[in-house]
Amino acid sequence: MTDTLVEALSLDAITKRFGELTANDAVSLSLNQGEAIALLGENGAGKTTLMNILFGQYTADSGTVRVFGEKLPPGNSRAALNAGVGMVHQHFTLADNLTVQENITLGTQSLLSYSSNSAGAKAHIIALSNKYQLAVSPNARVGTLTVGERQRVEILKALYRNVRILILDEPTAVLTPQETDDLFATLRHAISDGLAIIFISHKLHEVMTIADRVVVLRHGKIAGKVEIKNTSKEALAKMMMGTEASPPEVANSTPGAALLELRKTSTLDIGNKPGLRDVSLTLREGQIIGLAGVSGNGQAAIADLIGGSMYPVSGQILLSGTPIQGWTPHNAVKSGIARIPEDRHKTGTIADFNLTENAILEHYKSSNFSTCGWLNWRKSRTFASAIVKKYDVRCPGIDTPIRLLSGGNMQKLILGRVLEGQPRVILANQPVRGLDIGAVNYVHNQLLNARNRGAAILIISEDLDEIMALSDVIHVISSGRLSPAFDRGQMTPTQLGLWMAGSGFDGEVSNAS
Amino acid sequence: MVRFQMRLEPINNPNIARKSVPPAIALLTTILITSVLAMLAGANPFSVFGLILEGAFGSQFALLETLNRATPLIFTGLAVAVAFRAKFWNIGAEAQLYAGALITVLLGIGILQWPAAILLPFIIVASIIAGAILLLVPALLKTRFGVDEVVTTLLFNFIFLLFVSMLLEGPLKDPMGMGWPKSARLIPEARLPRLFEGLRLHWGFGLAIFSSIIVWVIQTKSTLGYEMRAVGLNKKAAAFAGISVNLVLIKTALISGGLAALAGFSEVAGLKGSLTLDLSPGFGYTGIIVAMLALLNPLGVVVAALFVAGIFVGADSMSRAAGVPTYLADIMLAVALLLMVLAIMLTRFRVIRD
Repeated sequence: MTDTLVEALSLDAITKRFGELTANDAVSLSLNQGEAIALLGENGAGKTTLMNILFGQYTADSGTVRVFGEKLPPGNSRAALNAGVGMVHQHFTLADNLTVQENITLGTQSLLSYSSNSAGAKAHIIALSNKYQLAVSPNARVGTLTVGERQRVEILKALYRNVRILILDEPTAVLTPQETDDLFATLRHAISDGLAIIFISHKLHEVMTIADRVVVLRHGKIAGKVEIKNTSKEALAKMMMGTEASPPEVANSTPGAALLELRKTSTLDIGNKPGLRDVSLTLREGQIIGLAGVSGNGQAAIADLIGGSMYPVSGQILLSGTPIQGWTPHNAVKSGIARIPEDRHKTGTIADFNLTENAILEHYKSSNFSTCGWLNWRKSRTFASAIVKKYDVRCPGIDTPIRLLSGGNMQKLILGRVLEGQPRVILANQPVRGLDIGAVNYVHNQLLNARNRGAAILIISEDLDEIMALSDVIHVISSGRLSPAFDRGQMTPTQLGLWMAGSGFDGEVSNAS
Repeated sequence: MVRFQMRLEPINNPNIARKSVPPAIALLTTILITSVLAMLAGANPFSVFGLILEGAFGSQFALLETLNRATPLIFTGLAVAVAFRAKFWNIGAEAQLYAGALITVLLGIGILQWPAAILLPFIIVASIIAGAILLLVPALLKTRFGVDEVVTTLLFNFIFLLFVSMLLEGPLKDPMGMGWPKSARLIPEARLPRLFEGLRLHWGFGLAIFSSIIVWVIQTKSTLGYEMRAVGLNKKAAAFAGISVNLVLIKTALISGGLAALAGFSEVAGLKGSLTLDLSPGFGYTGIIVAMLALLNPLGVVVAALFVAGIFVGADSMSRAAGVPTYLADIMLAVALLLMVLAIMLTRFRVIRD
């Protein structure tokens, strides 16, 4: 790092309104060369809007963006790219059927140029990947790579374009703790070479590790700017939320009878996502089981098996000890299995249906809501109103299309829909992903209440903190294989991380330590 | 270089103006564009539109003609609206229409010597089943093998029309028809009676109105309608919630095919009395326009069908009086449809220029 600080980026009084909502309210920040700042904030705090303005995806209502002193024309993505701004998105933007090299060089060559300097490009990529320890073969097809490798390709892609400012949007969400450490080593190297980094995250310990300074956004405004050395995780959390949040207290419980059991179930691979390999899992009364693992390692298959969307190619599903017959989502719901789906926008709700229509989505065939094929809208509306009231769903009314609700309120409606049936088994797949802390605590408390009245719960999450906070028993899933059961407090995050990376399955880590 | 970039931003709570202004502008622009064409054809645009209105609704005769023309369009419009609501793209209403017409002729030319009170309901049910079965094939191909129903239903139109043509040239050919490819006439018991004594309007129109009400009730009040809308809006969420998407698509296809077949029944039994190859001047395809203009609303289909029928009937008489080709009606409908589709999008999205 040089002694004279060069300002790489300066955002000056950026304001952006969407109708009545002010997404960014006079937000200013600056970033120097060779520095990493963390942009911290709950969902809906305005982080994404700010980055979209920087990239020219949105035009700010007022305020200016300067990159190395040059003012960027508003609403021009091309200018931002040319000025050396790069971004690694949370959802990768790679073409599966192309090689690593092709993905990296895509768009850097003119379509009209006759020859391509393929050998030169390859040498450059190899040089970069050696320099920053981003091990990945230029000839490998991206479709065959792991998530961690794909992220390396994304970073290489940015470095190849000589970015001077790199934005990373929740880069660790898909990584194991070990992969995260590797990523941080790479980033530190790049920072020492003068790269300026904006690190978007809500994981406080990572922010404390990688960033020099933290900028906290709350409700579109800057809630605080601090140097890492002058702050603590607790102080940051308070700044982010405005209040101190207390995570739910979890008392121990005594598990009861087995309600749902997967017995040596296997499923087929889907694309490059592995199917299950002889997975056995028992959900018991009054117990929360947490399923940890990096996304795409078979969690979806477990969720589909329990939720009735899939049938195993071998093995059995037992409901209270009896092998199930004719397994469909409808029968699963009828058997008292409540399902909180992973994607509340695409699978949990129908965007253009109103709250009432969404509330009865899983129950419309029951005698409460229909007789002989005719819906009882009066009862349906009463049901929806009851959920809105009891679960504090903030909405303009039950006749509003659900797409107008925030993620948290949408999730509360789904929660109400499944819990009102007094389910015996609850499958909660990423129940709090993308929710703000208030909604997270609410959802977690509802799940704990359900456990305390005797429900068997399976929580699938990529957030190890969430798993460790709530679960009575933890399983780790990796490449379709399920680890043994670990009791609460038995494992450290690092040990679980090793299992997540798949090493425990080959006997490198003993069950208990 | 002129840079022109634009984006669409969804509008969360469109107000009344947002919902009504774009369609109104679309309608005005349609009139404007057709006026220019009318002028190019050497006519006064004001008199052209006046003549169209008069020709469509200006007299009892004109009005009844319009209602008669609207009848098959209501049926095919409903067929398309029902299918499109579930995102089942039935482009084959034309074939299903001929299936209904064919069954009507097969059962109505004297094989069954039953009184009208029994024969007519029997033919209606048989027509519905014929249309339903014809659309069941593409529906099964789609749900079983993933074959695109746009292609299959579209191609079925040609196959079925040629099949009917073959029958009319062969076994179904009227022996008294002096060589024309035309079926024998229906027996009187198989003819739909007039709606009012002495007026040239048959019970097919009543059946069409009744059907649109039934379809509306099914869509808004029944679990099947709820399932159809859910499947149309989000297949994934519908399947997750326990709706059998394939079963719903098949039921949708059966209803849609049945409705389109009623158009054929009503044209043969109510109006023509026999089957010829020019029974339908593309009612099946025009049904798509009707359904789109009605925003797939079953009650709106009646209004849209009257609008479209009015333009056709009005243009016929306008053409005779003003010497402007009747093709003006086709252009008017095409422009109206395109602009209306655009207008509907503009009621939901705001255009942002970067």
